[in-house]
Amino acid sequence: MPVTENWKPTIVAFCCNWCSYAGADLAGSSRLAYPADVKIIKVPCSCRVNPMFILRAFEKGADGVILCGCHPGDCHYSTGNYYARRRMTLLFSMLDYLGVEDGRTRVEWVSAAEGVKFSETMNSFVEKVRALGPNVRLGDLRCKN
Amino acid sequence: MRRIGVFVCHCGSNIAATVDVKKVVEMALLEQGVVHAEDYPYMCSEAGQSRIAEAIREKQLEGIVVCSCSPRMHEATFRKCAERNGLNPYLVEIANIREHCSWIHKDMQEATEKAVILMRAAVAKVHLNAPLLAGESAVTKRALVIGGGIAGIQTALDIADAGYHVDIVEKEPSIGGRMSQLDKTFPTLDCSACILTPKMVEAASHENITIHTWSEVEKVSGFVGNFTVDIRKKARYVNMDKCTGCGICQEKCPSKKPLNEFNRGLNNRSAIYTPFAQAIPNVPVIDASACIKLNTGKCGICEKFCQAGAIDYKQQDEIITEQYGAIVVATGFDTIKLDKYGEYAYNESKDVITSLELERIMNAAGPTKGHLERLSDGKAPKEIVFIQCVGSRCSDDRGKPYCSKICCMYTAKHAMLIRDKYPDTNVTVFYIDVRTPGKNFDEFYRRAVEDYGVNYVKGQVGKVAPQPDGSLLVHGVDLLENKQILKKADMVVLATAIEPNPDVRKIATMLTASIDTNNFLTEAHPKLRPVESPTAGVFLSGVCQGPKDIPETVAQAGAAAVKVIGLLAKDKLKTNPCTAKADELRCNGCSQCANVCPYGAISYETKQVNDHGIREERRIAVVNSALCQGCGACTVTCPSGAMDLQGFSNRQIIAEVDAICR
Amino acid sequence: MNKVDEIKQISGVNPLKCMKCGKCSASCPSFNEMDIKPHQFVTYVVNDDVEALANSKSAWKCLSCFACIERCPRNVQPGKLIDAARQILIRQRGQEGLSADEIPALLDEDMPQQLLMSAFRKYRR
Repeated sequence: MPVTENWKPTIVAFCCNWCSYAGADLAGSSRLAYPADVKIIKVPCSCRVNPMFILRAFEKGADGVILCGCHPGDCHYSTGNYYARRRMTLLFSMLDYLGVEDGRTRVEWVSAAEGVKFSETMNSFVEKVRALGPNVRLGDLRCKN
Repeated sequence: MRRIGVFVCHCGSNIAATVDVKKVVEMALLEQGVVHAEDYPYMCSEAGQSRIAEAIREKQLEGIVVCSCSPRMHEATFRKCAERNGLNPYLVEIANIREHCSWIHKDMQEATEKAVILMRAAVAKVHLNAPLLAGESAVTKRALVIGGGIAGIQTALDIADAGYHVDIVEKEPSIGGRMSQLDKTFPTLDCSACILTPKMVEAASHENITIHTWSEVEKVSGFVGNFTVDIRKKARYVNMDKCTGCGICQEKCPSKKPLNEFNRGLNNRSAIYTPFAQAIPNVPVIDASACIKLNTGKCGICEKFCQAGAIDYKQQDEIITEQYGAIVVATGFDTIKLDKYGEYAYNESKDVITSLELERIMNAAGPTKGHLERLSDGKAPKEIVFIQCVGSRCSDDRGKPYCSKICCMYTAKHAMLIRDKYPDTNVTVFYIDVRTPGKNFDEFYRRAVEDYGVNYVKGQVGKVAPQPDGSLLVHGVDLLENKQILKKADMVVLATAIEPNPDVRKIATMLTASIDTNNFLTEAHPKLRPVESPTAGVFLSGVCQGPKDIPETVAQAGAAAVKVIGLLAKDKLKTNPCTAKADELRCNGCSQCANVCPYGAISYETKQVNDHGIREERRIAVVNSALCQGCGACTVTCPSGAMDLQGFSNRQIIAEVDAICR
Repeated sequence: MNKVDEIKQISGVNPLKCMKCGKCSASCPSFNEMDIKPHQFVTYVVNDDVEALANSKSAWKCLSCFACIERCPRNVQPGKLIDAARQILIRQRGQEGLSADEIPALLDEDMPQQLLMSAFRKYRR
């Protein structure tokens, strides 16, 4: 895929309210930089993320989608992240089959105390997506000019 | 199309220095439905809020987006502002352009572009926000304190004095905790037991306090104001009502092998035991693993000697279920295991001990009756070396990265007490830094040096080598002299790092309270809400939240109690209205949502529905909004898409996704 | 690359992690033979004074016993720093490299490889 010089990926990050969103806040207050390509959507729990949302993101032109939740065992709602993990495992393997590369999707556990991990995760994820180039597989052609 | 107002905060220069706020305002006005947009230096200030109020009135706003700091900071502020001005508080959305944008990006153009996108996502979402009404739930006027050390006792006393009932659950046979094991306390050198025992007695005799010792929390369900807790009362094999605490059973018990936990395993106890003389309740327990009768069926000596007939070998564990409005965690600490520190020879030599063990040796009720002697040969040590920071401040995988905070002071205390009682004993302290922030703390440390002649040497010890003659060769260094030191010692005391009680992880999981990488419970805000857990209704007291000494623990215990009292004083609590809701027409009653709900909030009703003119009875999911906590697990599980989460609906999140990917 | 970066790259050590506890110097069996003491290695690297470190007696008095590496609570591991200083010196003299044939056939498998390498570097002087 030819990458134009000024191409910037669009990356959607779903963060659970209790751990990862707070982890992202901590990354912010600790001034730990990560690329501006990442845009965060707050959800109450990682289990609120419907696979539909991720498909929608790819359809509308996202180049990568990352889901962050509490560490296993630490979910504010006890078990939400376990559901998220199972659902995403299935979804990601299907996306891989459809040609949306493995590197464009990711699940990561980030606690409220892990600002450093949040920033590092975003840096490495964006780097990976940049290397893969623009996502064309699931894009809705009707949206294009 | 809703009439939306967008308010962009400069946050002084925190946002405005990297985000072109004027540009964000300009771009906001191009968004569909945005009828008003402005920027202001401090949106959260009184003046900033009055501008929002004015705009709501003058422009008849039906939705508000505030581009500012994290919603965790000021969402509540802006929601209240909207409510005061007649707008439903749930029609307010925050675009986080500080923590998630201006603070992490340096390039102005890049940060501004991102801020605009975050603003757009919030505008897209707020168009679909539904006005929500918070429900109410009742508050059970009773508190649970987990852990009966000084933190738990103080919290319980303060809550009980305010007139609310408190239960203390303690896993050991007696309350008292670590403080009951200490000999003296710094910096006043008063006897630990002398100041703790009156508090223990006060707690035991308080009409509002129930103490469950030899008990553990088994299961927690419910939420703030309405917790239901199962407590396992472990079989004591002694009838609490009949026992008079005479102690004859302990004297006569033939099984004397078990290690005495209270004395840190330095001597032995009988199988039937009370951990220490001032134990509360003064009723022994039988250690089932060591009891001859329970293991072989023969013996029964304690039963024969018990005049009160209190021994009951048939007793079983009992589970009691109680309701609480608030829960305080006060699970305390333990010292770390030293297995990974081979260089200090702790496992090799009996004369290398931890400070907590020294505390027991110095105590009159301890294994040596308070005489300072070597555990290997009973001789009085003439040369004692203290090593600081053993396992603290380590970034490797052997120790803990934090400072244990109390070691500098208790080591000064030990050194001083030894020099005072045994003036012919030399004491050397190897330290990295001496940290004495606290009232009268540095004066105390200087007294140890100046008045008691304790020798402080700057430099960590590399190795302790047991010698054939029974002495210990300490390989140290004096960094100020730049000289290596080889010192022969009779006893080495390790200021061992402290860690949260290992059980805390299990308890935190039951309470869904978050915990950090070191197993300390996380506070709701590190500065402004230090005694509350992020989980509503759960409070923190003592070392379970972070290392602290006794005065700090007592202060925090009081603070936690005040928060509990504030909660219990309310008759009703507002509940989170962002709960799940089933669409009656789409639900097919498959029960999948109920299977994933962690709160049992979903039940089924047979209802009359009118589906496009067809009237029929259907089995339909109904969410109990008082129980639902709004996680959304059910919404994704629902195969027909009937279940949706208010405040975070499918349409709202998709609108956000679309706005970001536009 | 300047010397400090080179030493950091070779050793893989971040000297700024040092909390100056001195456990390395307390553990060092060659302490009395050294002019610059193990805990000072770190300061020399931080202060950009690699030249002095490489030219010190210490570079050749370190036994590569790895006591300081084992015991360092902050993962600073001064032994790796001095070994890196030694290596810089050897590179300057153009003596880098050891052909495979030179490695004796009988190697103790339990011996840390770095120890072996630093011993070679040291005794090839």
